[in-house]
Parts: sequence; structure tokens; C-alpha cells
Amino acid sequence: MNENLIHRLKGHVLKVLHLFALFIAMSIICIPGLWVVLNSFRPTVEIMAKPPVWIPNDLSLDHYRAMFGAAGEGGVPVLQYFTNSLIISLTSTIIAILVGMAGGYAFARFKFRGKAGIFIGIMITRAVPGVSLSLPLFIVMAKTGLIDTHLGLILVYIALNVPFTIWLIDGFFRQVPVDLAEAAEIDGCTRWQAFWKVEFPVARAGIASAGIFAFLTSWNEYALASQLTRSTFSKTMPVGLRDFTSEFTINWGGMCALAVLMIIPALILTFIVQKHLISGLTFGGVKG
Amino acid sequence: MAQVHLRNVVKKYGQLQVVHGINLEIEDNEFVVLVGPSGCGKSTTLRMIAGLEDISGGEVGIGDRVVNDLPPRSRNISMVFQNYALYPHMTVRENLGFSLKIAKRPEAEIEQAVDEAAGILSLTEYLDRKPGALSGGQRQRVAMGRAIVRHPDVFLFDEPLSNLDAKLRTQMRTEIKKLHQKVKSTIVYVTHDQVEAMTLADRIVIMRDGHIEQVGTPLEVFEKPANTFVATFIGSPPMNLLDGQVQSGKIALDGGPSVSIPEQSRGKVQDGQAVILGFRADNLMPVGHSMPMPGEHSELGMTVNLSEPLGTETLLFGTLAGKEVQAKMLHPRPVAPGERLEFQLDLTRCHLFDAKTQQSLG
Repeated sequence: MNENLIHRLKGHVLKVLHLFALFIAMSIICIPGLWVVLNSFRPTVEIMAKPPVWIPNDLSLDHYRAMFGAAGEGGVPVLQYFTNSLIISLTSTIIAILVGMAGGYAFARFKFRGKAGIFIGIMITRAVPGVSLSLPLFIVMAKTGLIDTHLGLILVYIALNVPFTIWLIDGFFRQVPVDLAEAAEIDGCTRWQAFWKVEFPVARAGIASAGIFAFLTSWNEYALASQLTRSTFSKTMPVGLRDFTSEFTINWGGMCALAVLMIIPALILTFIVQKHLISGLTFGGVKG
Repeated sequence: MAQVHLRNVVKKYGQLQVVHGINLEIEDNEFVVLVGPSGCGKSTTLRMIAGLEDISGGEVGIGDRVVNDLPPRSRNISMVFQNYALYPHMTVRENLGFSLKIAKRPEAEIEQAVDEAAGILSLTEYLDRKPGALSGGQRQRVAMGRAIVRHPDVFLFDEPLSNLDAKLRTQMRTEIKKLHQKVKSTIVYVTHDQVEAMTLADRIVIMRDGHIEQVGTPLEVFEKPANTFVATFIGSPPMNLLDGQVQSGKIALDGGPSVSIPEQSRGKVQDGQAVILGFRADNLMPVGHSMPMPGEHSELGMTVNLSEPLGTETLLFGTLAGKEVQAKMLHPRPVAPGERLEFQLDLTRCHLFDAKTQQSLG
């Protein structure tokens, strides 16, 4: 065998191994999610079967039907939970992004006293585990009458997300050369116009990714929401999952069906913003 | 079109003063180049004219207005940045038309102005591309196009060619010069490259440490440098400077031969005064390989340490009066290191500086 052939064969073998490794890795990542989706379509007997039934033989929409059905027959106020989740997540994300943009821009562009200290201070708040805040938050919310309200959760999620959005957006504004805003000012823009017409669109990708992260954090958060909500008026979807547990049984199929409903909007949103992420990252106005 | 004036302009960052009260009058349609080593305050001065930097003291005027406190948008200037600063999210067309769009001009007018600028800079076929899809030279032209669409009073260039490779730089230099002839306007151009300064400028302003060292036409600053700094900064290779002392009508070079005092400096020096003799490589040539020197000249012997053949001429390096000196050889022949040659020094082209003040005695 000549050397070239050996190298070519080696290349093929490596490629196969590479694909196999990727397949294993992707399986580990994806199977739990797929399992949730699969379970939402099959009867409880099959879900609980031991050994597990890998290939479903009885798919139905029963869990979905029951979930949207009357309260006595396994129904949960899905639409109400969905609306709560949407209102709380969107509002807190928008505010966190606005604050993050203002803060990130300030850290990226301006010099001021104690800048490094303030920045580290903000970041350190992220080091506190969220759950450890649940009791203090509960007390504060109870005293201010914000328990079981949208506003209460919105405030909590803004506080959770702001350090993160500031940090992420600061990084993106740092990558936007100062010259761009100066060029815009010379081209006739006010400071404000220069920001909105030039710096903001250029940093759009980073702001969008900060938005996704903030949204997903709020959308999926369970620990604090479970403490601070009481009724259908403010329960979010992750908290709503608990409606499927009763004293002695857990309705796994129903839970999975609701989980699927949670995943869908998050997927759609990520998909929409992903386009911006890619197109926005094609820099080139400045020689790099 | 407009004049620009700077009167006692000062820039301070906290306690640190970087521009020390400079005065400069720039005529209408004049091409002025600010040149100096990095950190000399030339870019800061330009940015003060642009309004991107606050003015700590003095007065900056464009046309007959004092613009000290006007924002950049009210000064009717345009600027080309070192890294081009094109808007990456806009096409070339949008980049060019941006200033007119901000000024809310009618669509038709914007289109016409963009087409005109694109025509001048041969950018027409790239109008629908984004800056990321352009080469360095093309980006540079877009940056210039963005500056000319508005027909500003003054163009400001901040080291616009320093990001280009050598060949493109020469080419763009010519284009800038042509552009100036075409669009007739006042240009203030900052560079650290003395060749750019010499080739482009109507007048050169040489700066150092926040002071103006000399203002003059390229030939003036080359022929009559006001001090040793200008003498070594302008011209390539830099002017040779040798320390010496005036002794009975001659200059005794420290540890070396004596030469006559150049005619233009006679009567301006006293016996015993410490001076610096300056001459360019072009004015020190080996006998038999030199230009005719009809005026007064001195003859000196020097050992050549190194030679750099350049084709039509050869640069010779030797040591004279304890300093490394560069000389030029016309109609070159190979020179071996260590060879001793007789050189002619053209005294009519020599410069004399005071050793203490470093100022010219010419």
C-alpha cells in the first residue's frame, strides 16, 4: 500500500469516528428533550413501563386534550399560565435590555469615578445563588403586597437579568469603534441620533443575544416563581407544572404536554433572533 | 469654502497639557498638513477643529465664525478617519448618502450627490456592497466619498493612509492630491509621514510636544529648517548633524576636521560659540562621484563603514567627528567596507544651528 492510500483511509476512518462522537454527544444533549416531547403523546402506562418502551406504539393527543379540558378531568388553566409567563418574561426582558443598554453603553464609553468597582459590584450580585434570595424576597414582597402579582416577579427578574445584560452589552459596545459615532456626529447627527442610527444597529446582534438570554432566564425560572406566586392570577408555566402532582400520583404525560408548550415559544423566539445574530456579526466598517 | 484659524489654542487633560497655545491661519482652499512624531498633538489639534475634542483655551474659527462651543454637526466640516469608520451595517450608497439623509435633503438630490461622488472616486460598481466586502483601498475611497458628498467648508484627514500598504498608499496619495484640485476646498491633513507631508501640502506645519516648530511650504521647511528637529524630521535620510565650535572663522568639528563657516551664517556667530553643523546626504559626496559644486566647498576624508546601493545612487555610511554620517554617491561603483574616500561637502547647502537653542543660524 502506498503512503497516500494509507493517509486517505486514515482520513476516512477519522471522519467516521468524528461523526460517531458527534452523534453520541448530540444524543446526550437531545434525548431528554425528545423524551419529553415523546412522553406528551403517549399513555401513562407506556411512560412508566419498565424496561422503557423506546418505540411508541400508541400515540395520541389525550394529554393535551385533558390539559385544556375541564378542571375536574385533569385540566389546568394553561392559557392563563401562558399569558402570565409571556407578560412577565417579555416585560422584564424589555426593561432589562433597556437598562442593560444604558448601563453597558456607559461602561463601554464613559470614564467615571469608581467605574471598575461599580462594575465588579454589579457582577458580584450574580454570584449570590438565586434560591438563597427566596426568603428575603418573600418577606419584602409580602410587606409590599407584591406577592402573587405580575409586578413582583417582573421586578425580581429584572434584578436577576440586569447584571447579565449590562455585562454582555458592554462587551458588544466595546467592539463598536468610537470612531463610528464620531463619524456620525460629523455627518450631522446629534449624540442621540449617532447612537440610534449607528452604534445601536451595529451592536444589535449583541443586544439580541442578551435579550434571548434574559427572556429564557425569566421564562424558565422556577425556584423564585414558586415562592412568590400563589394563584392562577400570577403563576407562570414552570410553576404550573406542579399542578400535575397530587398527593400520591404524578401525571407525567400532562406535565410533559405542558413542558412542550413551554418549549415552543422559546424555540420560535431563538429562531427569529438567530438570524439577527448571524447577520449582525458581519463587521467590516473598520479595518480590523 | 473657508479659512480656518487657531489662536492660542490650548488642550489640557486634567493637569496634563498636550497642546500649548498654538497659532495658525489656514487660507481658503489651502492644503495644510500637520506633521510630527506620535504624541506631538497633531491629531488632538485636528479633533479640536472637528469638535470631537473640547478646547481648553484659545479660539478656533472656521470662516468668520468662532466655533469653540459648536458641536461637530454645526461646523460644516467632514472628516476621514484613520480606520475609515464606515458604517458596517449600511451599503456604500447609504454610507455616502448618510449625511444628506440626516440633513433631510430630498431623495433625488441625495441620489445625484452620491452618484457624483461615486463617479469621482470610481466607486459606482460597488454602491450596493457593504463595507465588509470591500478592499482596504476601496474602503478608503468610500471614506473620502462620504466626506465630499456634503461639500463641506473644510476637509479634515486624520492619518488616512496609514492603514494601507505601501503601493496603495502612494496611489491614494495621488488621488487625494487630484481630489483637492477637483473639489477645491480647504484641507487640514494629519500624518506622521514626512513624505506624505512633502508631497501633498501647500504648507506644512511641523509639530512637536504640543508646539508648532515651523510652518512653511515643503521647500521652505526642507531648505531652511528653523531648528535641528525640523532638519532631522523632514527629508530622507535625515540631515546629518555634527557638533563643533567656531574658532577663528572656521568651524572646528569635535574630534574632527575644520570646515569654513557657510556664507549664509557668517556674521551670525561669534568666536567660541558651540554650534551644530547640518548637511544632507546629497551634499556630501565622494570626489568624482558628486554633483558639480560650483560654490564654496570643503574636502574631507572619511572611512566608509557600510554602503547601501539603491541603483542610481549608493548611500554611504561613515563616521565623522564621532557621529555616524550618511553620504551619497552618484554613478556608483562598488565600495568595500573600510575603504577611505575623499568627500566634498557643499558649504552653500550647509546649515548652522546654535548648540544651546538648537535654532537655525542661517
